[in-house]
Amino acid sequence: MSADFAAIAPPSARRVRWSLDHADFLGSLLVAPAILFIVCLVAVPFFLAIYYSLSAYNMGTLSFSFVGLDNFIAVTKSEIFRRSLMNTLLFTFASNAIALVLGKIAALLLLREFRGRTLVRCLLILPWAVPVALAAITWRWMLDSMYSVINWVLVHSHLVPAYVWPNWLGEETLAMISIIVIQAWRLFPFSAIIFLAGLTSVPKTIIDASYVDGAGYWRRTFQIVLPVILPIMMVAMLFGLVFTFTDMSVVYLVTKGGPTNSTQVLGSLAFQVGILSGDVGRGAAISLYFFPFLLVATFFLLRYLRRREI
Amino acid sequence: MGQVIARRLRKEFGEVAAVDGVDLEVRDGEFMVFLGPSGCGKTTILRMIAGLEQPSSGDIVIGNRVVNALPPRSRGIAMVFQGYGLYPHLKVRDNIAFPLRTQGTPREAIEKKVTWAASILGITRLLERKPRQLSGGEQQRVALARALVREPTVFLLDEPLSNLDAKLRTSARNEIKEFQRGVRTTTIYVTHDQVEAMGLGDRIAVLEHGKLRQVGTPSQIYEDPADTFVATFLGAPPMNLLERGELIEGFRPENFLHQDLQQKGIQSARYAFTVQRIEYLGNERILYGLIDGQRNGAEYTARMSSHVSEPVLREGETYPFTVHPKNLKYFDKSTGKRLPPARNEGRA
Repeated sequence: MSADFAAIAPPSARRVRWSLDHADFLGSLLVAPAILFIVCLVAVPFFLAIYYSLSAYNMGTLSFSFVGLDNFIAVTKSEIFRRSLMNTLLFTFASNAIALVLGKIAALLLLREFRGRTLVRCLLILPWAVPVALAAITWRWMLDSMYSVINWVLVHSHLVPAYVWPNWLGEETLAMISIIVIQAWRLFPFSAIIFLAGLTSVPKTIIDASYVDGAGYWRRTFQIVLPVILPIMMVAMLFGLVFTFTDMSVVYLVTKGGPTNSTQVLGSLAFQVGILSGDVGRGAAISLYFFPFLLVATFFLLRYLRRREI
Repeated sequence: MGQVIARRLRKEFGEVAAVDGVDLEVRDGEFMVFLGPSGCGKTTILRMIAGLEQPSSGDIVIGNRVVNALPPRSRGIAMVFQGYGLYPHLKVRDNIAFPLRTQGTPREAIEKKVTWAASILGITRLLERKPRQLSGGEQQRVALARALVREPTVFLLDEPLSNLDAKLRTSARNEIKEFQRGVRTTTIYVTHDQVEAMGLGDRIAVLEHGKLRQVGTPSQIYEDPADTFVATFLGAPPMNLLERGELIEGFRPENFLHQDLQQKGIQSARYAFTVQRIEYLGNERILYGLIDGQRNGAEYTARMSSHVSEPVLREGETYPFTVHPKNLKYFDKSTGKRLPPARNEGRA
């Protein structure tokens, strides 16, 4: 019967039906927009950046002369670059470690039943959902040298004497601590949500079994729950680390890398050198510097996860 | 001493009483099965015995101690969970060793006990594997080994076979029975499967809606059901129930015979049975039909061995069927409770 219908149908309708019935054709058609999107917005800029980093391209000359690894070598020799590199590592690992601990605590609190839990869950997402510019401005006010509300609280609770309060963004160590805390504050809702998802996915019988087997809180947490949710946590950590490593928004909006480059990170330095100062080649070299390391680290982490999947 | 007693045990979840005043004694060394439909409270009782749930009221006694205030680890129990609850990230060896490690057992002693438990359950060659690499039956044995190493006074098993396919379930059931015969430890086994319950239990406790309906040996439960619930919950197909004025009369399908097949010279109860459908099950046939004078729609069943060739029965025909008087049970119509046999004789 269906063959008869195909014979009656006009040729164009037949062609449409043919294409809808063939997975190869229809599949390619449906996936094409996504591929186009990735090529235009990820692949092209990425390869362009590689090309820039290997050339002496700047806003003044606009010439694409190939210079090999000169940009990378020059960058490596730069004092500010090395300082930024150390800052980036410290900033990334410290803020992620804090976010992880805070996330775990928040997740445990949110697992309990209490009044208004839904509201608290919504509020918890805010640091992550709020636009970073808005959050940065608020933090700048809270850490302001004159009008800091944090200092006001410290003074009024007699923890620090008046007029000699800490100058949060004006002193090197304090500035670093400040941006680490802000970044941790931004990241922890994400890690809390991942933790929450992980914790609720642990089968209840395993928890029950650990009670019957006599495990106390610490043993249950560190020998049962955390190992079981480790794969999911690793993915969250990977996201957090890569995200922080390549990010400049908090640093740029709160301290602009200062005072005296003490909070400069690779992202903000690349922006400063490549865009603000116009040395595109060198900026590209800075931002690509750690790409191979991130790539290798990600590769091994994902491979480890796939092997160990439980 | 592995005796377990529940005294006026009650557990409420919100406004619902999941367990509603249960009194029960499990004797030392006994294999006790808690049987009932889902939601009857059997698992909740087990979890209260384990210490995973707190009773709303009432006491739990294990050995000679009231254990209400004790955490699970101090109760001398070991539990096998539905789905086994093996730790997925630990090797079989470490799964079995886990309850010993929490007690701070010295390393050599742990090694010895794990080897011992593994050899009893025949899983020595699996010790270095992860749970996910094991079949359902092997996982069950690991769970039993993990329970065994603690040398508990009571084993608690919560529907341990429900994740296995039908064929494996039969062999796993035998293994559990053998295992319990070997270790002679008091065992409480929760299931909703009557075949498991009948096959495994020294005694069976039948529960419904949080209440204990009857405790007895499998044959007591089957032959002398305490009420209409127990009568219809056990047996497939269940006991036939007929209204007889203030009473309910019950008899099992296998005792519902064509009059030609009944013992001669017995004054048996007679029924006009209209056969509607015959189900052929290989060794036997199940006849579904109506009994004259009973309310509409109520279907009754008779079982007939396939070896019996006479009389030939056809669908749609009515035949004289009989029940031997000793196989008739009577229940109170309002309470559903079984009436003492003395009263039966007057009726028959």
